[in-house]
Formats: sequence, C-alpha cells, structure tokens
Amino acid sequence: MLEFLVGKFNYYIYIFLMMIGFYAMIGKRNLVKKLIGMNIFQWSIILYFVSIGAKKGGSIPIVEGLSGHGAHIVSHASQYVNPLPHVLMLTAIVVGVGTTGVALALLLRIYNKYKTLEEDEILRKMK
Amino acid sequence: MIDKHESIIIKMISRILAPFVQLYALYVIMHGHTSPGGGFQGGVILGASFILLAIAFGIDEVKERFAERILTTFTSMGVFIYGFIGFVCFILGANFLDYGILPVVEPRGMGMLGIEIGVGITVMAVMVSIFYDLSTYE
Amino acid sequence: MNIYQLPFPIIVVFFPLFFAFLIPVLGWWKKSLCYPLAMIAVSISFFSSLIVANRVLRYGPLHYYLGGWEPPWGIEFSIDHLNAFIAVLVTSLSFLVVIYAKRSVEKELPGKEIPFYCLFLLLFTGLLGIVSTGDMFNLYVFLEIASLSCYALIAVGKDRALVASFRYVVMGTIGACFYLLGVGYLYIVTGSLNMGDLAVLLPPLYGNAVVQTAFVFILIGLGIKIALFPLHTWQPDAYTYAPSVVSVMISTAMAKTSIYALIRIIFSVFTLNFITGFLPIFDIICWLSAIAMIFGSIYAIMQSKLKKMLAYSSIANVGYIILGIGLSVSTTMGLTPALMHILNHALMKGCMFMVAGAFIYKAGLWDINNFVGLGRKMPYTCLAFILAALAMIGMPPSVGFISKWYLILAALDSGKYLLVAVIFFSTLLMIVYFWKVIEIMYIRVEERQEGEESEIRVDEEPMSMLVPGIILAFLCFAIGIVWISGIFSPILDTINSSFGLGVVP
Repeated sequence: MLEFLVGKFNYYIYIFLMMIGFYAMIGKRNLVKKLIGMNIFQWSIILYFVSIGAKKGGSIPIVEGLSGHGAHIVSHASQYVNPLPHVLMLTAIVVGVGTTGVALALLLRIYNKYKTLEEDEILRKMK
Repeated sequence: MIDKHESIIIKMISRILAPFVQLYALYVIMHGHTSPGGGFQGGVILGASFILLAIAFGIDEVKERFAERILTTFTSMGVFIYGFIGFVCFILGANFLDYGILPVVEPRGMGMLGIEIGVGITVMAVMVSIFYDLSTYE
Repeated sequence: MNIYQLPFPIIVVFFPLFFAFLIPVLGWWKKSLCYPLAMIAVSISFFSSLIVANRVLRYGPLHYYLGGWEPPWGIEFSIDHLNAFIAVLVTSLSFLVVIYAKRSVEKELPGKEIPFYCLFLLLFTGLLGIVSTGDMFNLYVFLEIASLSCYALIAVGKDRALVASFRYVVMGTIGACFYLLGVGYLYIVTGSLNMGDLAVLLPPLYGNAVVQTAFVFILIGLGIKIALFPLHTWQPDAYTYAPSVVSVMISTAMAKTSIYALIRIIFSVFTLNFITGFLPIFDIICWLSAIAMIFGSIYAIMQSKLKKMLAYSSIANVGYIILGIGLSVSTTMGLTPALMHILNHALMKGCMFMVAGAFIYKAGLWDINNFVGLGRKMPYTCLAFILAALAMIGMPPSVGFISKWYLILAALDSGKYLLVAVIFFSTLLMIVYFWKVIEIMYIRVEERQEGEESEIRVDEEPMSMLVPGIILAFLCFAIGIVWISGIFSPILDTINSSFGLGVVP
C-alpha cells in the first residue's frame, strides 16, 4: 500500500498537472488562459514520459570513447538510463511549440477582429 | 511594435553577447549525438540570439538585416539539406536515411551531423519568423 | 531494373513534403509557379500510390525500413491491402481537389496562394504519412503535421472561421495528447512501439489494467479527431466557415484517415481476442453511433446554411461508418460495410461540398432560401448535386444504397433489430433535408416584378471546377455497379481474413 502511494509519485504529479490544465481549458473564460491550460496539459504528459525512463542508479546513456559500433558495450545496457522516451519527447515538445505558435497567431487575429479576448463577449459579437 | 530599448547597458551587453550565444548554439548542434543537444535545441538557441537583438534594438533594425523572404528561404534550405542526405543514401543503393553507405570517413556520424545542421537551420528560421509575426501589431 | 524495387512508399510520402517547401522559394520568385508545382506533387503521389497498390495486390504486404534499421529498433512503413485501399482513395480525391482548387482559391483567397498551396501539400503529406506508417509514435507525428496544417487552413476562411479554428486547435490538441498517453502506456508495458511487434507482445498482457486504459485513451483521442458523437462540437463550425477547397479536403480525406488509424489500432495492434474477450466496448460504440446518426440528421434539418447542413450530415455518416466497425465482430461480413461506406461517403460528400463551393464562387450564396431558380441558371452543377443527393438517400444502384444495404444486413446478422430501425429512420430524415434543397433549387419560382424579363440565362461555373464535381457524381453511381459486380471483393476478403474477422462465433 505504501509502495503504491509513494513509489508511483510521478503518476500523481502528472495527473495533478493534467487536471489543472484541463480545468483551465474548461473553467476560464479568457482565450489566452485556455491556451495556457492546453499547454500545461501537454507538458504534463511530456514530464510523465521523461519520468518513465529513469532508473535507480542508472548512468547517462552515452557510450564513452569509441569510434565504430561498440557492440560489446550494449550488453551492459541495463545500467544506462533509457534514452528512448527522451528522444520521443523531443519530437512532442516540437509539436507543442508549433501548436502554441499557431494558436497565438490565431489569438492575435481574433483580437484584431473582435477587440476583445473574453469568450462570452466574442460569442455576443458574433451573433 | 517592439521599439529600441532606452537603456544603454542592455544595448551594449546584447551586442557583445550575441556572437557567443550563436557559438554556443553551433556547439550544441554539433555535439548532438554524444551529449545532450541536437538540431532542435541548437536551432532554438540560435533563433534566441536574433530575438535577443530584436528586443534590445527594436524589430525594424533586425528586419532590415534579416528580411522575411530570406527567412523563408532558410526554412526551405534546412528541409532540402535533410532531404538531400536522405536521397543520396537511397540513390547509392540503401534505404532512405541509411547513413552507413555514404562515402565519407565515419559515415554514420557525418550523416547524423548533416541532418542536425539541416534541422537547426530550419528551426532557427521558424523561431525568428514566429517572433516577427507575433510582434507586429496593427 | 524491376519497377517494384523503387521505394514507392517513400515517394508517396516525402515528395509532397519537399514540394511543399519548394513552393515558397519558387513562389516568391514567380507567383504563377505555385499551382503547377502543387499539381505535379499530387500527381506524382497519385501514380506512386497506384503502383504501390498494384505491388501489394501482386506480391503481398510491403515493408520498408527507414534508415535500414529493422523493426523493432527502427521505423517501418508497412503497406498491406487496407493501407493501399485508403492511400489510393486519399490521393485520387486530392488530385480532383487540386484540379478544383485553382479558380476557387483565386477568388476566395486572393494573394494568399503561396501559403495556401504550401499548407495544402503539408496536409497531404501528413495524411499519406498516417496511412503508410507502421509505427505508433510516427502516427502521432504525422497526425499532428496534418492537424496543424488543417488548423491554419481553416483559419483563413470568413466570418467565424477564426473562433472555429481556435476551438478546433484546443480540442484537437487534447485528442492528440490522449493518443500520446495511450502510446506511452503501451510502451511502458511492452517496450516496443512498432505495430506488428505490439501485436505479438500484447496478448499475454491483455488482463493488465494498463493495457485496457491505454486502449480507452487511444479510442477517445482518435474519437476527438474523427468527431465521434459526444466529441464532435468543433466540427460543424470548422467545416462551414473554412474555404470551399479546404472543406472538401477535410471532410473527405482527413476524416477518413483518422477512421483508418482507429481501425488499424483496434484490429492490428489490439487484435480481436482483446475486444471480444476482455473489454466489451463495441456495444457502446454501436449505441453511440446510433445516437450520432439520429442527432446529426435532426440538426441538419434545422440548418439554413448549405455547408452547415452538409457538416451535420457528415456527423451522421461518420456514425454509419463507426456502426459498421462496431458490428464487424458479430457478423460474417466483417469490416466490409465500414470500408464500403468510407469510400462511398468520400465520393458523395466530396461532390456535395464541391457543389456548395461552386455556388459560393459563382453567386456568393450561403443560405438555402436564396437558391431559388438555380436549377435553371447552373444546370450541370445542380445535376451533380441531385445525383449525389440521390446516392446519399440510397437509390439503387448508387453507392449509398449499397452501403446501407450491407449495414442493414450486418445489423440483421448480429441480431440488433433496433439498429435496423435507426438506419431506416435516419434515411427518412436525410430525405427530408435533401428534398428541401432540391425543391428550392428546381421547383420554387422566383417572384418577379411586373414587366421584367422572364428569361433566365444559363450562367455556369468554370470548367475546371465543374469537371471534378461531375466526375464524382458519376462515380457515385459507377462505383455502385462496381461494388455489385464484386471487383473489390478479393481485397475486402483479404482484409477481413488478415484481421481474423468474418467468422461468426
């Protein structure tokens, strides 16, 4: 029971962050705050993925001082931290940055058109 | 519009710092496969150096030196470097992006380096272009 | 050298990517070059996808390892019959859309052609990447490439397009994040990201709660992208206020590739034993799609804008396809009704959105009540609309009739008689809203002042916009005859048997 509560603390943290982001997307009326909520949502998942790769007593996954393939080092792979989630999350971070850029550009155009960023005022002006 | 900053300390310091930031960015790109770093990280730092200059000196000055058309060309150039290396690998007989077959010393390392340079250039151009678009307020 | 040794999966996916980045460079130099470049890129992909389909039909599934690394260490592009079918569908529809796009873009988005074609080719790349890839994380990357291009393309439309696109950005990102979370859970449990490898590694782990949670997350994530019933709220505004070309493209190609991704993950990664043995989720899917069919049709009747009506009708038709997926485990026909309706709905909806775009191009008409007398002013366009509407309602031997027939047979086969009633009821609702448009176009007469000219000139739209619409309308009926004659049956049988469907327990 204690292991379930304390050993898996990365799950609790990421779920907590994700719900904060989700609440901001639904509960806030300003469009920029919704965008920030979406960002927190994405970053919480990225943090979770990075935390998967960690190992107790693992060292940095860089093979020292070899040119060539170094296949004989692979047999000790269990003592290195898993680098694959880090690499996957690089791509996810890039995707997040791209989405934020597009959303900010949209918000700029919305502000130029409607002169406000509150959702209820925009809905009223659209009618 | 982002105007010139009034303080002379900021202008002097950013003018001195910008080349060092760019050098650090090149270092991060080059060392991508043996230390933390790589194309995307180095490209962001390289773009950040231009954004630093734009915040200190006003966006018009930076736009004079680094116009938007050239930025679009840089974006495409990065993707073409990537594609060129990929297609050279496939013309020489192996699969797409299979670096082992390139006729240089240390083919896998050099192939990865070329790809990272391409990615770095594209990311730098995209970061500066996003900054340009978001800071012009009409 | 045998033509099959050329790496056509790479050509299909990466050539549009490079052309997409060539367009800004050459377009700044000479603006009239960007349309021919887009045309060349789509044609190359179209012919390459035909060659890939031919190779798959002759020699079996095709595997291409990127970078020479074998799976599970590397990313592979694996193309089998289902992939080839959807790839040919997407590329041929995009080919027709590009022919249609020239005049429409010139009129609706003057001066913005360079960014438009660049984004269009990026969307095309993303869609083909989703179709070709055999790796779960690569699917996420291509899904986001396609979605980002879509957000930007929708935002250049009129009036409410900006807010509709913002809503789509937020909801689409939540969907992609849920998908990523599901992939992460699968990676923790098995250590592999390749679809074929997961199908081998997962069966001993089916009882594990992590795997079941991963499945639900992926289902919800892709469901937001498909616009499945409770998660559809972004869709009507996005389809309505986008430019006409973009509406055609996303309602046909983008929705179908997301449904393909769902089919691939349900049947290839989590094989049939998981669904029938451990998680009875297909009943829920059947009922959700039944509600979607009725709800979509009722809302479509209430609309007065043609494009919004077609958008709600799309929700109803996506309900049909998902109903086909839901019924596939309990009937001998397997996935046949769902795959049929994917092709058929793409043809019918593509034709109708093209006609709606033609009305906007020629006369700026959005509202149905203003369509009076269009039957005489634009006869060929309205003929295409009538053919597509008849196909949608289900007149034999059109494609709509064939897919409804197979769906009803599948529902009877699995013993769910209430669903048969739902299908009939939604067809009746479809007749109501399509008849409303046809009546206003042809039968109602304009009120004229005394002494005005009573002659109506024929003022047709340009040829390059008319021909794709007529081709699609003609194909609605021709492909119906093809389905009846059974030319596609070997492909569908191979797909069904490769998934283990088609055998009633």
